[in-house]
Amino acid sequence: MLTNEEVRTKVLDIIADIALDDDVTGIKDEVALREQLDLDSMDFLDIVMELKKRHKIEVPQEDYTRLASMQSCVEYLAPKFNAQA
Amino acid sequence: MSGLAAGIRLSMYNKKVVILEKHTISGGLNSYYSRGKRKFDVGLHALTNFVDPTQRGRPFNKLMKQLRIPYEEFKLSPQNYSLIQFPDKKLKFNNDINLLVEEVQLNFPHEIDGFMGLLTHIKNFNEVDLSNELVMAKVVVKNFIKDESLIEMIFCPLLIYGSAWENDMDFSQFVIMFKSIFLEGFSRPTGGVRTIIDLLLKRFEECGGELRFKSEVTRIISAKEKVVGVEVNGAEIIECDHILSSMGLPETFAVLDQEPAELHRVGNLSFTESILITDKKPKELGIDATIIFYNNRPQYLYQKPTSLFDSESAVVCFPNNFTHDDYAEGVLRVTNIANYELWKQQLLLSKDLYKESKNEVYQQTVKILKNCGLNSQYEVLFKDIFTPTTIQRYTGHFGGTVYGSTDKSRTGKTKIEGLYICGTDQGFLGIVGSMLSGISMANLHVLSSTL
Repeated sequence: MLTNEEVRTKVLDIIADIALDDDVTGIKDEVALREQLDLDSMDFLDIVMELKKRHKIEVPQEDYTRLASMQSCVEYLAPKFNAQA
Repeated sequence: MSGLAAGIRLSMYNKKVVILEKHTISGGLNSYYSRGKRKFDVGLHALTNFVDPTQRGRPFNKLMKQLRIPYEEFKLSPQNYSLIQFPDKKLKFNNDINLLVEEVQLNFPHEIDGFMGLLTHIKNFNEVDLSNELVMAKVVVKNFIKDESLIEMIFCPLLIYGSAWENDMDFSQFVIMFKSIFLEGFSRPTGGVRTIIDLLLKRFEECGGELRFKSEVTRIISAKEKVVGVEVNGAEIIECDHILSSMGLPETFAVLDQEPAELHRVGNLSFTESILITDKKPKELGIDATIIFYNNRPQYLYQKPTSLFDSESAVVCFPNNFTHDDYAEGVLRVTNIANYELWKQQLLLSKDLYKESKNEVYQQTVKILKNCGLNSQYEVLFKDIFTPTTIQRYTGHFGGTVYGSTDKSRTGKTKIEGLYICGTDQGFLGIVGSMLSGISMANLHVLSSTL
């Protein structure tokens, strides 16, 4: 079982690689990622593709909005990570 | 370059990619060559879209992020300033739009309100919306500015740095060019275009992509309106589902194995360029401008000349005059609009005639440099002149075109499923545009559809 904190770290690793120039250490979990980082729709596509590449997790297009904030990412992705374990 | 960018994106996400390069060096229209110990850039005078790394969401930053290449690796040094030089007026600009605003105020005080209005309109315009209707830029600009001579001066750098159309361009293209040149500005990577190409090649290799040089695509093979493979060098067949072609629209359809239902026009615009290596640097000869857009007529004629080349207008580039200068010698580059057919004819008639004409280009280059204010007390250590036929030979672009066809495929789609266009004929311009084109076509047509 991955804890929410571990899931958060995995997501943060992906975001750190995509938002190369942003400082990701101070991300507020409840605030939309878009408001804190320089991310556009192309970058969200990258988050989805990195999840698939690194963790074999598929995010269907209708669920993209679930990746809006760190909090919603963890809520949405934790069951998916743990379903694999 | 668009192909390399697309290749990086696709191989990053585990697609099996092969880049087929006809030439022995990458880069296409923006490349380099060596003569003796000296290295020469072709294509790139300057990189547009200069941004401070702290500014977000600008094309260049987006590009770096998508390719995962840290911005610092390009080691960009900004221009000193550039100049639009017409017979009776000059306008200076640099990477801060306020200088151009001051220059307009000074030289065209009656037009400053119109110019500011145009600026606001441009800043608020979404130039990359693929559903924008085609509107000619001069029609729009004339709503803001009445003085023909100011209009000509504003259009001059924007046309010659990227328009496939003569004397005007689509307004969306105009806005792309205006933002990338006047609002963001020029810079040069340390080491020139080679630095960019090497970074892209290194990244592509890290991602596990395969690159083959001296591999010309001689046929695109389709079945039932769908891509099935390519033929390389008239022999080997490689099977594939997707092809992103950076050859150009007419060039791509020329190798497609079926009768084209759509015909694409070959553009009219090609260039000659003289590169002079001198014992003194331009600064010692009285010039600290980085680029001079030179025009010796009241009107700016951006069109195919009826003679071999147009010596009355030129882009004069002084690569030493960026804030960082890594050259040991002076480098002067003068680019003129030229007529491909006439050069081709000369070459067919006799090599001597062709050489003589190249010498005429050189003589005019010296004259233009003088008209730009360059002191003549220098010695030319080396010179090289290339013509539209040189461009055709090395890039494979029909008619030696540098900005491609006047038909653009904005969405990148063709009537053949799996065949997409990237690069200059997809409609994004310049080096930054070509990389953005490769990235967005790879994202849109391959990565999104195979998620």
